[in-house]
Amino acid sequence: MSRALTIRDLPREERFAPGHRMCQGCGAAILMRHITKALPKDTIIVQATGCVEVTTTLYPETSWMNPWLHIAFENAAAGASGVEAAIKVLKKKGQLPPGKEVRVVAIGGDGGTFDIGIQALSGMLERGHDILYIVYDNEAYMNTGIQRSGATPFGAWTTTTPVGKVWHGEWRRKKDIIGIALAHRVPYVATVNPAYLPDLYAKVSKAMSIKGPKLIHAFSPCVPGWRYEPALTITIAKMAVQTGMWINYEIENGVLNVTTPVPKRKPVREYLKLQGRFRHLTDEEINTIQKFVDEQVAYINKLAGKEVIGPVEA
Amino acid sequence: MSSRLPSWKELPIGAVILEPGSSRRYKTHEWRTLRPVINQDKCIRCRICWSYCPEPAILEVDKPYVTSTNRRYEITYMVDYDYCKGCGICAQECPVKAIEMVPEVR
Repeated sequence: MSRALTIRDLPREERFAPGHRMCQGCGAAILMRHITKALPKDTIIVQATGCVEVTTTLYPETSWMNPWLHIAFENAAAGASGVEAAIKVLKKKGQLPPGKEVRVVAIGGDGGTFDIGIQALSGMLERGHDILYIVYDNEAYMNTGIQRSGATPFGAWTTTTPVGKVWHGEWRRKKDIIGIALAHRVPYVATVNPAYLPDLYAKVSKAMSIKGPKLIHAFSPCVPGWRYEPALTITIAKMAVQTGMWINYEIENGVLNVTTPVPKRKPVREYLKLQGRFRHLTDEEINTIQKFVDEQVAYINKLAGKEVIGPVEA
Repeated sequence: MSSRLPSWKELPIGAVILEPGSSRRYKTHEWRTLRPVINQDKCIRCRICWSYCPEPAILEVDKPYVTSTNRRYEITYMVDYDYCKGCGICAQECPVKAIEMVPEVR
């Protein structure tokens, strides 16, 4: 790409209809709106069970403008693999014109990707299907009522990691889904954030131009699950990037590129204090989270070969 | 939607939904307790509210607008009050605070 996209480059045409039942201020709704803008029109979307699935397709209505297939919780990637294979066979049999570009995108939540769908995802990445897998990560099973998932970060309250005398929120660390995908030697992985929409648009477009399995990990603030006012969705998403809790980057053929450099980081406390799910944290636990973030930033800077994410500002 | 529900014989096989974007029939405005009101004179047409709306309920229309200081804009941003759920992201993110959340009174 010759120049960075700006907010003016986002197409006006909506490919995601209003009237869906996602919560007020849902981060995933902003993601879906802009992901569908970036997809070619002949793209089949295969969706795992999750918030976005149950809220966008209440029978007999749908918010999607693309051909869309709902598949079970665990097998969005397997279903998408089948769709992709079927397109190849139809072309071979002459039932689809050989020049016709029909692409496949799988979308899953963090539960349907990190936990339940991980083996289907691994199989898809391993077999090398030409599919873009997008995981919108709201860091717990929000649709069923805020149960922890493999994506729940350290310290977060959920209904299954409650805060009391014995437990103090989640005590395990978040799974590194990008690392898992990279271990399959895929051509393209990226992270996107709803506060940085031109970046999101560019990454989805770029992923669609690459053949082979791709994974995009999307940050998706959740109003009821993270316990904040609906208006703060974008504020929190921006704060996640400014504190280094979330890093916007892409790895294309093993080369890492941080798309949102942060010269001076804010302390993670600034991010944590916006959300009710972290309100119980002690100073010691916040320091532990800060240490995790410092480690991740050091790792990304090492891969980038230079300091793209700066130190915490005093 | 019609008052009579279709029988199973009238439904498409597999209960597939044939009309894209048909959720438009369902108006989500009743969720709202606060209503965003855009001050068109203050608005600088930066597109931020439009881009961050989850519904989408902020429309970008090719309607010229001349402000009180005689500045002419070719586009106008308007709230689609049929779908706006009143989350307030637009008012929170507006860089010139041109959007006000006012209580919904019926």
